[in-house]
Formats: sequence, C-alpha cells, structure tokens
Amino acid sequence: MAVPATKLKEKKEIIDVGLEEGAARLTYERIEQVINRVITAEMAARMKVYVDTCIHCGLCSTACHYYLSHGTPEWAPVGKVKQTMWEILEKKGKVSPEFIKRASIIASTECNVCRRCSMYCPYGIDVAYIMATVRRICHLLGVTPQYIQDTAHSHSATMNQMWVKEDEWIDTLQWQEGEAQAEMPSLRIALDKEGADIMYSVIGPEPKFRAQLIYQAAILMTAAGVDWTMPASPGWDNSDMAMFTGDFEMMGRIKRTHFETAAKLRVKKIVMGECGHAFRSVYDVGNRWLGWKMPPIPVIHATQFYYELLKEGKIKIARKLKEPVTLHDPCNIVRGRGLHEMMRYLVNATCENFVEMYPNREQNHCCCAGGGVINCGPPWKTKRVESNSIKAEQLAATGVHICIAPCHNCHGGLEDIINTYKLNMHTMFFIDVLMKTMEIPDALKA
Amino acid sequence: MSESKKWDWDTSEELIATPSEWKTKFARVQEPYVSPDGKKVAAIARNEDGTYTACVNGEAWENTYENMWNLRFGPDGRLTAIVSEAGEWTLAVDGVPWENKFAYVWDTKFNEDGQTIAVKIQQDTRYGLAVNDQPWENLFEHIGKYVMTPDGQYMAAAVQAVPLGQAEVFKFKDEGTWTVAVNGNAWEKIFTNVWGLDCSPDGKHVAAEVRMGLYDYTIAMDGEMWPEKFNCVWEPVFRPKTSEALATAPVRAAGKWTLAVNGKPVWDSKFVQCWHQTYSPDGRKLAAIVAPSFGQWTVAIDGKLWATTFNELVTDLTFSPDGNRLAAIAKDDGHWKIVVDGTPWPAMYDMVWPPVFSPDGSKVASKVEKGGKYTIALNGKPWRECEALWNPVFSPDGKKVLVRCIEDGKYYRRIVPISEF
Amino acid sequence: MQGIYEFVRGPLLWLTFIVFIGGSLYRLISMYYLLKKKERWVFNYMSLKYSLRSILHWIIPFASANMRQRPIMTVMSFVFHICLLVTPVFLLSHIVLWDESWNLSWWALPDWIADIMALVVIGACVFFAFRRQILPEVKYVTSVADYAILAITAAPFITGFLAYHQWIEYRTMLILHILAGEAMLVAIPFTRLIHMFYFWFTRAYTGSEFGGVRHARDW
Repeated sequence: MAVPATKLKEKKEIIDVGLEEGAARLTYERIEQVINRVITAEMAARMKVYVDTCIHCGLCSTACHYYLSHGTPEWAPVGKVKQTMWEILEKKGKVSPEFIKRASIIASTECNVCRRCSMYCPYGIDVAYIMATVRRICHLLGVTPQYIQDTAHSHSATMNQMWVKEDEWIDTLQWQEGEAQAEMPSLRIALDKEGADIMYSVIGPEPKFRAQLIYQAAILMTAAGVDWTMPASPGWDNSDMAMFTGDFEMMGRIKRTHFETAAKLRVKKIVMGECGHAFRSVYDVGNRWLGWKMPPIPVIHATQFYYELLKEGKIKIARKLKEPVTLHDPCNIVRGRGLHEMMRYLVNATCENFVEMYPNREQNHCCCAGGGVINCGPPWKTKRVESNSIKAEQLAATGVHICIAPCHNCHGGLEDIINTYKLNMHTMFFIDVLMKTMEIPDALKA
Repeated sequence: MSESKKWDWDTSEELIATPSEWKTKFARVQEPYVSPDGKKVAAIARNEDGTYTACVNGEAWENTYENMWNLRFGPDGRLTAIVSEAGEWTLAVDGVPWENKFAYVWDTKFNEDGQTIAVKIQQDTRYGLAVNDQPWENLFEHIGKYVMTPDGQYMAAAVQAVPLGQAEVFKFKDEGTWTVAVNGNAWEKIFTNVWGLDCSPDGKHVAAEVRMGLYDYTIAMDGEMWPEKFNCVWEPVFRPKTSEALATAPVRAAGKWTLAVNGKPVWDSKFVQCWHQTYSPDGRKLAAIVAPSFGQWTVAIDGKLWATTFNELVTDLTFSPDGNRLAAIAKDDGHWKIVVDGTPWPAMYDMVWPPVFSPDGSKVASKVEKGGKYTIALNGKPWRECEALWNPVFSPDGKKVLVRCIEDGKYYRRIVPISEF
Repeated sequence: MQGIYEFVRGPLLWLTFIVFIGGSLYRLISMYYLLKKKERWVFNYMSLKYSLRSILHWIIPFASANMRQRPIMTVMSFVFHICLLVTPVFLLSHIVLWDESWNLSWWALPDWIADIMALVVIGACVFFAFRRQILPEVKYVTSVADYAILAITAAPFITGFLAYHQWIEYRTMLILHILAGEAMLVAIPFTRLIHMFYFWFTRAYTGSEFGGVRHARDW
C-alpha cells in the first residue's frame, strides 16, 4: 500500500555524519521498541484522529513551498506523512535503519513545520505536529542531522544555541554598550537589574554573529526611555533547537531557565528580539511541556513591542525610508501570533513605499529556513534553497530591493535565496529600519 | 539571620543619604543598592572622564576603574563590585581590588555570614572559581552553576572537564565532557551534562542533576549515579539537620513528576510539574511547587496540596523559621499575589517580592508594587507608598520591621513597629 | 425473496443502526477518554468562539483560500456532500418507510430532483476516483482502501437509482440497495468515513489553537 520511504533516493545523496553514524548504530529491535514506546506513551488521541481522518485528498499539497517548488508528490505534506508516519504506524515500528534515516531527512530537512498546510487541510490536520513527532522518534533513536544536533547539545551545555560561554556573553554586552555610548552617552545595558519593567532576551547568534542587533536594541530602548535589563546568567537566550530536534526534555529545561531568569529579575514582561522560532518555543510550545498554559511572564515579540512604542508615542519617526520595501510575514509570529497587521502599521509608519508580496499575511510562503532546517547546516543548504524557488518568484514579483523580514531564520533563508536566484535584494530587520528612520532626542545625542 | 541582633533597632528614622543628589557629582549614576542592615546605600557612578567608581552614602570609593558592574552588598555589609583595569578583571571589596586579576570575573556569591566571597573566573580561556582572592588550582574548559556551603568551606561547581571540538556530536553524547568539581577537584566520572547541584550542609556530600547520553537523567551523588534513571530530573537539594546524605530531587517518569529521595519516590502523588522542593529548616517537612493539572499551580507539603490553585505561576516558596508555615508568590490571571498557607492575601499587585517571615512565624511581610509605587505589606496590610524599597527585615523579637526606602529622592532607614501596618 | 427482503429491512437494519450508532459513539467516546487520559491539556485551549469560527469557514463554500484556489474541487465536494446527506433523508420512498414503521413523515424531495441528486453523488464519486488517478499528488497517497471507500459511498446511490428506475429486476435491486446502504452505515465507524464525525472536532481544535492562542486565521 504505502511505498517504502527507502525507495525514494535523494537526487544526489547528501552525507550527514549525524544521520549516517546514527543509523549505523540502530538495530531493528531498538527501532521497534522506541517507536512503540512513543506510540503508547506519547502519541494519543490527536495523532489517532489525524491519521484516521485524513481522507488522502492531497488538498494540502499547494500549501507547501517544497511541493510548489519541486512539483512532485513526495514533497506534498501528505506525501511526507505517508513516507514517514503512515509507514511507521502501519508496520508498528518494524522499519529499517535506512527507513529511519530517510524519515529523519524528510522530517528535519523537507518540512519547516510552518503550519501553512494546517490552513489548507479541510480538517485542519496539524501536519507540523506529525512531522515533529517523527523528529521526536528520530531523536530518541539518535538519528538527527549533525549540525542541529550540535546546536541542541550547545543548548544543553550552555543554555544557549551557539556555545557562547558565560563570560563571552557578558563581555559582548559590555562591548556593545561601550560602542553605543559613543553615539548615546547615557545609554546603558543594565545587567541583572532586579525590578526593571522589561527583560530583553535574544538568541545565541546575536552575541555570536550579529552583535550590532544588541547595539541597536540598546539605542532603541534608551531612546524610548524604557526601564529594561538583560540577564548576566544563562537564560538570556530564548531560542530553542531542542524543540526542533524532538528533544522535548531539553526544550523544557531551556524554557524553564528563560522564564525563571525573568521571574528572578521581577520583570513585568519579556521582550524578545526579532526571532520567529524562539517566539514559538517561548509563547506556544516550550511552556506547555512545563505545564504552563501560557507564558507565566508575558512574552512580547520585538515587532509588537516596536508597534506599541510607536503607538504610545515613545518613539517617533523622523524620516521615512524612500526606497520601496516589501515585507515577509514569518510563520511563527503570523500564523503563530497574528502580528501581521501590527507589522503593516510599522512598515507604513517607517517606509514611504510599501509593496505587498503575494500571497501574504497568514498565507505567506515560508522562507524554508525555519523549523530547524537552516540549522541542519551546510550539507543541506543547496537542497533548502532549491526547494524554495516559489519564494524566489514571490520575492521577484514585488520588484523591490528591500525585504523586511523580522525573523532570524527567515533572514538567513531569504538571503540564501536572494543570492542563489540573483534577486538583487537585501533583507532588513525592523530594527534596521527603525535605526534609519527613528528620531533620536537631542538630549540623548553625543 | 543572627547578624540582625547587633543592628540598631531603636532609631525610628535615619536619613542615610540623598542618592538623587549624586547626579550632580558624577556624569551618570546607576540604580542604588542597600546594605542588609540598611546603614549604607550605594550605586555605581561614572565620572566625567569615563571611569567608574562606587558611591557609598554619598562618598566615592578612592579607586576608579575602567569598568564596573554587579554592585552587591554581602550579608556582612561589605560592598563588592566586579571591576576592570588595564583590560583585566577582579572583584573590589569595599573599594579594594583583589590582588589576583583575571581575563574575566562574574557571578558573585557569598556564604551565610558573608566572610567567604566567590566569583567565577576565566583566565587564558580556562574556567573556575576564585574564593576570597584565591583562584582554584585546577581550571576547566568551562563552568556552569555553582553552590557553596553556609560556612563557606566547600564550593561545588558543574564544570566541563574535557575539551570538545566543533560539531563533535558523538563525543559529546557518548563520552561526555562535564563533571562536578568540589573546591577545584573534579570527580572522576564524566557525564554528558551536569546542571543544578547542592552541597550537604556539612559539605561532605555533593549531588548534581546529570544526563548520560541524550535520554537518561538521574542524580549523581559524590560521583556515583543513582541506579534509577528517569525521563527527566530537576536539581536536587539535601535534607538538612540529618547526618544521612538524603538528596531529594523531582523526577519524571511516564510523563508525570514526583519527588524522589536517593532515587526512591517519597510521595505517592504525581504531578504535571513538580520543582523547587524545599525542606523546612528542621528538615522535617518537605514542600514543592507543583502543577496538579495542566495550567494549575499550587504547593504540595509532604505530598498534600494547598486548596487553592493559581493559573499562571507559583514561585519563591518560603518556610517560616519554625517550619510550621509556608508562603509563596503566585500569579493568577495576570495579577501577582502573596499566598500564606494556601490563602492568598486579598490585594493583588503588579509585582511582589519574596515573602519574609517573622522569627516566630506569626507574621509575613513582603515588598509589593502597584502602579509604579512600592510598599511593604504585612499580613496583607500595606504600609505607605515609596519611590523605591528593599525587602523588609523583622527584628529578632518580631515586633519591628526594618524598612529601607527612598522617598523624595532621600534614602531612609526606618524601624517601623508592626502596629503601624 | 420476500424472506430476504424482510430480513434486510428488519433485523439487519436494526443491527446496522446499532453498529453504526454504537460504533460511532464508541469511536468518539474512546477518543474522548484517550484525550482525557493522555492529552488532557487540549481541553484548556478549546474555545467555542474559535471552534465555530473555524467550522463556519470550512462549511461555507469558497470561504477558505484553498477552496478559492480549487473551484472545481470545491464545487464537487460541496455538491457531493450535500447530495449525499440530503438525498437519503428527504427521499419520498425512504419517508414512506419511516411512516409505515414509526408513523413519522416529513417533507420530501420531488422524485426527479432526488434522481438528479443521486446521479450527482455517483458522478462525484467517479470524479473523485479519476482525480485519484490523474493528479500525481493524490495518486501518490491513494491506496485500494480509498477506492473502496468511494465504492461503498457510491453503491447505495447506484443501486437505489437502478431500483427506482426498475431497469433490472426490482426486488433484487431493492435488496441490493438496502444492503449497500447498510454497508455504508456500518463502514462509517470503521473507515476514514469517520471523518463525518471527526471533522467537527479536528476543526474545532485547530480553530481554537489558531484563534485563541495564535490570534490568526485558519482558512
């Protein structure tokens, strides 16, 4: 009935040590045992109802950018479920190591868990959840792509994504503070300031590669007169690749550290940088594993925070960007939090010429980097970019040269697409736009 | 706190300093900190030339530094700050820097009486602790959480003892790189991960939450793992006032949490979540913050639940000194509350600080905030509002409260009889 | 022949209803208990408002983006499901049976309309079968069971149509028709036809998560 997943060969086999070595260690017994433990202990009514309800209509196909880019059925959401979960359930876990390797490739590198297909399925079947469960099984079997596994290890050892050591973190903040003080002498990145209104949290790559974003956030906070702090201890990183490898225990530990850091600082809310997947983990997924229905300390995504600052008049726009811009709606804050109208308010407030891309808002095509796919690293990059030609077409159709993308993974993914398809565009975060357009009160200037 | 017996409990009002005026002396002044006895108020200040100092009761430290952060008073009233000079970092205590300097210094901790001060250090990309100006002889690849015994004689830290190359995923999970170091001496056993840890009060035992491989969580005591493995664990604590080494930790099995002592469950009940287990000071009672069902939080004492649940958060679980009463912070529908023995105070706040019991346990006081104004509430009754305020301290006889507060830019040390609440 | 007719119309029909209703209730109740036992947290997120919002957007033709992008499929699905449900309930000959047995009767469709509607159901089943053959993304996930479900669904309408027009021996056709109808009802709890009941719950849950937690539209 189902075509065994192993028959579908990669166009060009990509070698990933994590998968090869992981699969080589597997035995049929272990696979069966682990899968059945997941089936009995972790899967329940939702999975059963989803699998029993799916009428195999294929209507989810055109939701998926992989399918729209490749056009063949194995890329459709239901096609991926068929190659993985259906087979696993039908065979009751009696599948081969080779199958598990292929299932891991499908779940980890051919699905961004962007949830667009849930919006295309007449039943609203949560295919992302099914794929995440496949990843969970692969995690428990030790067959996860090397780079994202390394990232999960970093989370476990340091509570951040990038092996940033505790001193490096604080040192980076002090370095950015020093730099920014040249522009704004009164600026301060207050570390561990108990009782501040806001704890600002970021993702590991910010101190590692994009420290200017911390600089910019400090400028914005100071200009807006916000009482804010950043933690000097682990818990500053809101990101979470363990959520995407299926290491839910580690996901819980990371989220606990983040929330308890905020609780200990007695802040009223957490504002986080322009990251999508971290928002998903903090707002929607990680908290649940710990038993919190909603985040125990409110979590505000940067875009919503900027929107509120503008609305309340705490920051003002001095000049608008003249160049035409378009906006990419990141899945985790649009399908994940409905921030699309606030973002449009921001674009219109800061840019003179806003060109929508189509489709947009909840219907927007994914960047193909999120959901942990970009974190699977260089071996998978070409495939990831080739799997999103639809995005290249969508971007090109806007005819503009600036794309605002308020999410780190989207940023990386779109940059790769722009370079590969030679789109003559560049991406900006909202904070980049604000730095160019925002009014800096004279009293704060150097 | 035995120290508090020596404090001045008679002067009802003392104007210590006026921090709002310090701005005229310095280019910038940061937020103030106060000593435990309330006699000192201090803040990090930046001079016009860009150097940093600490301003204590209006007087600047003699030395200035290139950079300074983490200003903290110890329990004995000494003021510490992490300072840098010529690119090297150290700890300054009451204005005097330690002789030893390091590439980096952070995470200051004090023992109970404040005589022992420890910091994490990094030197030549090697990591460890420095205690009272003495760095550990052995340094490591990295350092995680650390704890010290109340007497300050023992420090235990999670340390990365084995180097790890880029993306060495199999080495990390199969061979492990982390262990525990006690006073700088690492256990032989290496684990995949080591997180929270605790020392027995006498310093003879150390327990840590560990992971072996990616799936097996347990507690390791003195380098030996519990034979029982779990789906997850949280940090252990030792039961006080016993000569036995009784490491107690939340453990997760079949998707539910409970508490285990030395690997064996101690409570029949299982929870959606269970953490922050706390023993009463005499070690007889064991309480923990639990979620009996999804999204509902409360406290369990010896396995029995408080009658009230809260839908957002319960935190800062605190036993009274006699162990008969228990208070915590709760958050419900967006409001912060103080809960004592399961009953929340009627008032709701924008923020609350950990509740403090009087020595006999009969009264509870807490710093609270509403609409940007702070006050102390005693048994739920608020005192007057202030601009800034620190946690209350009861007098040894429990009849007065030390209130350290800022009003109109002035820092006052006040002794307030409890009848005034 | 009369004996067989009496049997399929009498005891077998009772049995059919018992299996259909009992089986469906069993599926729903067992799912409810499984949910309560292992995924109890789901109830914390259920919202009546967003459940209804989601369901409404998916039972109104062209109310979702995907429906607008696939007009033929949308029309076929809606027409099919409407005819599938309405025809047997409002067919005069079925109402006569209700009247005879239970003294219950209600408005009936004119026979010629019912006739067309039966043809629509059969035609839609043929359409769906072709779709499964022609569209690669559908063919890829199609198994024999999917055709079997279409056959089970079409059979009562084919036999009913033939019986009504009496082109083949009426009695035999009628018995076959009743058997086919009974087969379909019995199949519902045990096949993916259970989507008839599950639809409301999966939509309600997805609608609640999208609306209540994620503040986004799911259509």
